[in-house]
Amino acid sequence: MYKVKVYVTLRESVLDPQGKAVMHSLHKMGQSEVEDVRIGKYLELTLQKGDYDLDEKIVAMCSKLLSNPVIEDYRYEVEEVVAQ
Amino acid sequence: MKFAVIVFPGSNCDTDMYHAVKDELGSDVEYVWHDASDLSGFDGILLPGGFSYGDYLRSGAIAQFSNVMSEVVKAAKEGKPVLGVCNGFQILLETGLLPGAMRRNESLKFICQPEELVVVNDQTLFTSQYEKGEVISVPVAHGEGNYYCDEETLKALKENNQIVFTYAKNPNGSVEDIAGIINKEGNVLGMMPHPERAVDELLGSKDGLKLFQSIVKSWRERYVAAT
Repeated sequence: MYKVKVYVTLRESVLDPQGKAVMHSLHKMGQSEVEDVRIGKYLELTLQKGDYDLDEKIVAMCSKLLSNPVIEDYRYEVEEVVAQ
Repeated sequence: MKFAVIVFPGSNCDTDMYHAVKDELGSDVEYVWHDASDLSGFDGILLPGGFSYGDYLRSGAIAQFSNVMSEVVKAAKEGKPVLGVCNGFQILLETGLLPGAMRRNESLKFICQPEELVVVNDQTLFTSQYEKGEVISVPVAHGEGNYYCDEETLKALKENNQIVFTYAKNPNGSVEDIAGIINKEGNVLGMMPHPERAVDELLGSKDGLKLFQSIVKSWRERYVAAT
């Protein structure tokens, strides 16, 4: 089995009003060193091994559904796990 | 002319849409469930507002893979009028029938109020009954209506006159005050404001009715022989 960890974030060029609001709140908390906050999503997929190209599959899933390439970037990590 | 109102789990403006078409416009209309696999009996497709699939992942993201959407794409390619309002617009963006994407409103607030819209393009099958530059009052109700596209796409939208409605006073941070855009071919319109909620003076405005009347007029001109 594969465990795939997918991180989706807003693209750098896209303003993140939610992140901004959290940053202001952190400043109010006294964390004045915080320069930027970006909020994203984290997804964990568990995949069966098979006769397929793993990267190709992940890219297809990420670009067609898990992220919206118009406003979001993604990156992922793959871990091999033993089925329970 | 027969309309389909597509109903997804979580749609909540389907009844408004149905009412606008049936009672105010006086056209044939049917609800079509999201797992339907044939839209050939319909002349116009309406994607209503709401929170399809709970807005999980992103607004409209899950809906793009529902059964009926491949039929909606087919209808769009055949040149049938397709209107997406609010969540319907978000679904059209996610499906790729229209360019761009929606972000959270700049204020992070859900905005629910009447908005003044400027009719930028009156040469579409959805807006022929309006005048270019006309200001109409149509309500908005959304948390993610902050339209975004890159510079290149924006340039193309302008060059092809694809910007159909803009906000007189931008409520959500949309690029270029965009409230509604149409595809290049001119038969798929997406807009965040709700014309179906502005079809009777009782509702505060009937400025949205002309949009539906435009669709019917265009269809009649195309398919009903002149007498």
